[in-house]
Amino acid sequence: MAVTEKAVRTANGTNGHGNGNGNGHGPATSKPAEGYNVIGSRPVRPDGVDKVTGRAIYGADVRLQGLLYGKVLRSPHAHARILSIDTSKAEALPGVKAVVTGADLPTAADKVEDLGESAINLKYLSANILAHDKALYHGHAIAAVAAVDSHTAEEAIGLIEVQYEVLPPVMTVNDALADNAPILLDNLRTNEMGEMGTKPTNLAQHFRHQRGDMDAGFAAATVIVERNFRTETVHQGYIEPHTGTAQHNIDGQVTIWASTQGTFAVRNQTAEILGIPVSNIKVIPTEIGGGFGGKINVYLEPVAVMLSKKAGGKPVKLVMSRTEVLQATGPTSGSNIRMKIGADANGKITAAHAELYYEAGAFPGSPVGAAANVVLAPYAIDNLQVDGYDIVVNRPRSAAYRAPGGTNAAYATESVLNEIAEKLGLDQAHIRLLNGAKQGDRRPDGVQYTEPVGLLETVQAIAESDHYNTPLTGKYQGRGIACGYWNNWGGKSSATAILNADGTVSLNEASTDIGGSRASIAMQFAEAIGIGYEQVKPRVGDTDSVAYNDVTGGSRTTFSTGMAAYNMGVEMLAQMKERLADIWDVEAVEFAGGSFTGGDNSASFEQAAALIYKTGEPLMVSSTVFPRSFGPGFSTQLADVEVDPETGKVTILRYTIAQDVGRAIHPSYVEGQMQGGVVQGIGWALNEEYIYNEKGQLLNGSLLDYRMPTALDLPMIETILVEVPYPGHPYGVRGVGEVNIVPPVGAIANAIYNATGVRMEEVPMSPARLLAAMGEK
Amino acid sequence: MAKKVMVQSVINGDDTAFLCETRQTLLEVLRDELGMTGTKEGCGNGNCGACNVMLDGVLVNSCLVLAVEAEGRTVTTIEGIAPADGLHPLQQKFLEHAALQCGICTPGFIISSKALLEHNPNPSEHDVRLWLAGNLCRCTGYDKIVRAVLDVASAN
Repeated sequence: MAVTEKAVRTANGTNGHGNGNGNGHGPATSKPAEGYNVIGSRPVRPDGVDKVTGRAIYGADVRLQGLLYGKVLRSPHAHARILSIDTSKAEALPGVKAVVTGADLPTAADKVEDLGESAINLKYLSANILAHDKALYHGHAIAAVAAVDSHTAEEAIGLIEVQYEVLPPVMTVNDALADNAPILLDNLRTNEMGEMGTKPTNLAQHFRHQRGDMDAGFAAATVIVERNFRTETVHQGYIEPHTGTAQHNIDGQVTIWASTQGTFAVRNQTAEILGIPVSNIKVIPTEIGGGFGGKINVYLEPVAVMLSKKAGGKPVKLVMSRTEVLQATGPTSGSNIRMKIGADANGKITAAHAELYYEAGAFPGSPVGAAANVVLAPYAIDNLQVDGYDIVVNRPRSAAYRAPGGTNAAYATESVLNEIAEKLGLDQAHIRLLNGAKQGDRRPDGVQYTEPVGLLETVQAIAESDHYNTPLTGKYQGRGIACGYWNNWGGKSSATAILNADGTVSLNEASTDIGGSRASIAMQFAEAIGIGYEQVKPRVGDTDSVAYNDVTGGSRTTFSTGMAAYNMGVEMLAQMKERLADIWDVEAVEFAGGSFTGGDNSASFEQAAALIYKTGEPLMVSSTVFPRSFGPGFSTQLADVEVDPETGKVTILRYTIAQDVGRAIHPSYVEGQMQGGVVQGIGWALNEEYIYNEKGQLLNGSLLDYRMPTALDLPMIETILVEVPYPGHPYGVRGVGEVNIVPPVGAIANAIYNATGVRMEEVPMSPARLLAAMGEK
Repeated sequence: MAKKVMVQSVINGDDTAFLCETRQTLLEVLRDELGMTGTKEGCGNGNCGACNVMLDGVLVNSCLVLAVEAEGRTVTTIEGIAPADGLHPLQQKFLEHAALQCGICTPGFIISSKALLEHNPNPSEHDVRLWLAGNLCRCTGYDKIVRAVLDVASAN
C-alpha cells in the first residue's frame, strides 16, 4: 500500500486538560485511523500483564541453578597508570570461585566495530571492559570476582591490592586541548580532516562540513549573533542498572542472558573482545528496564563469560549498583559549542558557522558526528560550515543517548536564532516558518531531504495550538520555542511468522522491546494480512531464533521490523490463497471482510488455517529487510516557564510538543515516546549534570544528587501528532523515538530568556547558575 | 558465611518463614531468597521507589528496610495485589492508559499508587504528583501514569 501523496493530519493526541477524547479521565479512544482496520488503534500490549504483575523477567531477575554472583573492582582515580594488581588474597577468601583482570583478555584487534548508532575501536572497547595499562576514569573496571553470594564477592574485591601511579586528570574540553595537557592514550593521533597527525594528542578527530561562501554569506547579513555555550555530562538515567549473566560451558558453548537493546550486538562484541567464534554464543534477551542508547555497548557480559569459564562453567551474574552505573557506563558528552548565525533584515538566515567540541570520555567516539548533522538541520541555509571535534577526557566513555549529540547542538542553534529574532523584532515561530527546511533542502553534511518532511507542519501546529494562543499571566513567566531534527535509521531486521492451526499467528522477531514495539509490530502484521490484532502473538527471540537483527535504537524498530512484519503479512496471505485454490480446485481465491471465497467455497481465517493444516505442510513465512532510506523526524516544542527570582528555581507551567510521526501505528506509544523524550530534555535543561571534584572523582553518583525529574516537577505534556507519511514505508511510518529530546533544552533556554532577559550560556540552568546569571545582569 | 537468623512474616497473606543474614535488606531477601522478583532495585538507597512494598500497610522502600524488620509483620508486594481471577484496577488502568514503556518502575508505582488511594481515595492531580514524587520513571514523563491513577480514583 504505497503512499503517494502528503497527508497532513493530527492524530488523536492529548491536551493539557483531559485526554484524546475529552472525556474526563478515561483512556483515549481505541478506534483505528481512517482507512485502516488496526493501525491507529490503542490495544493493550501483549507483554502488559506480565509487566503490571511483576512477572516479567528483567536482567537481574534471572535465576539459575548453581548461580555465582560477581562484583567489579573499580578505579578510585580518574587517571592513573596501573603498576600491579595482586589478587591472591581475594582468591583465598572462602566462597570465591574466580578472579579476572585485564590480563585475562586476549589482545584486541585494532579494528572498528559498528554498533548501530555509534562505532568503537575494539582495542578501546576491550580496555573499557577491564582496564589494560591505565585507569582512565573514576570507576573504570580493574578486576572482577565471582563468589557464592554477592556479599562475599563484595568482600573479595576489597582484598584486591592495586598499585597505581596517579596522574593529573583531564576533565574538560579546555583541559584536553591546553598546551602540555596530560595525554590519555599514548597511541592516539588526530585525524585532522582525513590526514593522520604525528603528535600525541587528546584530540581524536576534527572534521568539517562546508557549503556555499561563508564570507559572502556573513557579509550579506544585517544581524549577526555569535555565542559560546557549555553543556555538562548527562546520563540516560534508565531505572534498571546494567546486568550480565553468562554461562561458559566446558565445551565452549556460551549462553548470555542480557538486558540489552541488541542481542546480536552483545554477541558480536563479546565474540570480538574474547576471541570466541560468534556461533558459539547464544544471547537470550530478558526484558529491559530502559536503554535510551546506553544498553548497546557491553560492560558486564564479557566479564561474566570470563568468570564463568574460570569457575568451571558455573553461571555468573553481575549487577551494577546505581553508583557504578553513573560512574562507569556511558553518559553522553558534555560540550563546548560556538554558534554564529547571520540573517538579513527579513530574518532569512544568510550564513551559519557552528563549532562543536564534544567530550568523548576516556576513548574516542563522542556523538559529534551525528551532532554535526543535527545542528542547523531544521533550516534551509545556503552558506554553512560545521566543525566537529572529538576529544578524550578522564570521564566514562560516552555512549549513545537518544538522538546522540543532537540536544547540545540544538540548544546552541535555537538560542542564537531567538536572539536574532528578537533583534529584528520577529516572532519566534515566524522566524522558523521563514527558514524552515522542506523537501529538497539539505542538512549540514549535504544529505538531502528527498521526500516530504514535516518541519514546517510542526511549527504551524505549534503556532495554531491552544497553548501558543493562550497569553502568559505572570511577571517572571516566559515562553520559548525550539525545533529539532533527527535522521532516524533503517537497519537490518529479520522475522518469521507461523500460521497456527487455530488461526492465530506466532510472530518471532528479535527487536528487544523497550517501549511497546511488540504491539506496533504485531499491528502492522495484522493490518497487512487482514486479521485482528489479538490473533497475532509476537515474541522477541534469542540470537538463534531469527537471522541478524540490528539494535533497538536509532528510531528504527517500528519502521524496519514493522516492514518485515508487513512483508510477512502479505506473503502469508498470498500463500494461504494459493493453498485454498488448490484445496478447492478453483482458479482464484479472494480474502475480504475476514473470509476467503473461491467458487462456491468460503472459509473464515480460522477455518482456512485448520483446513491448510489438515491437508498439507505447515505454513511459515519469513522476511529479512535492510531499508537503505528512511524518513527523518522533526519536532517543534513550546515551553512556558516561571522563574522564582529569589531561588532561581524554574517551574515548567505548560509544555507542548508537536512532532512529525509519519503514521502513528499505536498512538499511545507514540505519545509516550514524545512525552518521555521531552521530560528527559527538561531534566537536561534544568538539573542534570555530572559534578566532579578537582581529582576527577564523581561527587554525585546517586539518584539523590544526580537529579532527574519527578512527577512533582512536571505538568501534563501535551502532544500534537502531525502525520506526514514517509512514502518509503508501506504504512508511512517514520521513527519517532528520538527527535523529541532534541528541542527541549533550547526551548527552555528561550523561555527563561523571555521570562528574565537572561541568556543562559551554560546548561543545566540550575537554580544556582540562573541566580548568578540574573545577578550579573 | 555470616550467621543466619530465622524470620517469621506474613507476605501477601501467606505465613512465610525465611533465613537471612542480619545485613540483608528486605528487598534482597524478597528477590534472592524468596524468588519474588517483581519488586525491583533501581538505586539501592531509597531514591527511586522501584523497591516499594507495604510493611504493615505503610509504604516503604524495601532497600532501606532490613529483612529482620519483617519479623512478625505483614508485607504486601506487587505479586500480592491482584485478585484471584483478574487484575487490580490500578494494573488494568496502567495497561489501558499505556502508563508503562519499559515497565521496570511499574511495580513500584502500582504499590505506591495503591497506598495513595487507600490514604486518599479522591486525590487531585497535584496530590497524585506529590505522592508519586518518590517513584522515578525515565520512560513516560509521568503523564499517562498520573492519568491512570486519576482514572482509578474517579471510579471511587
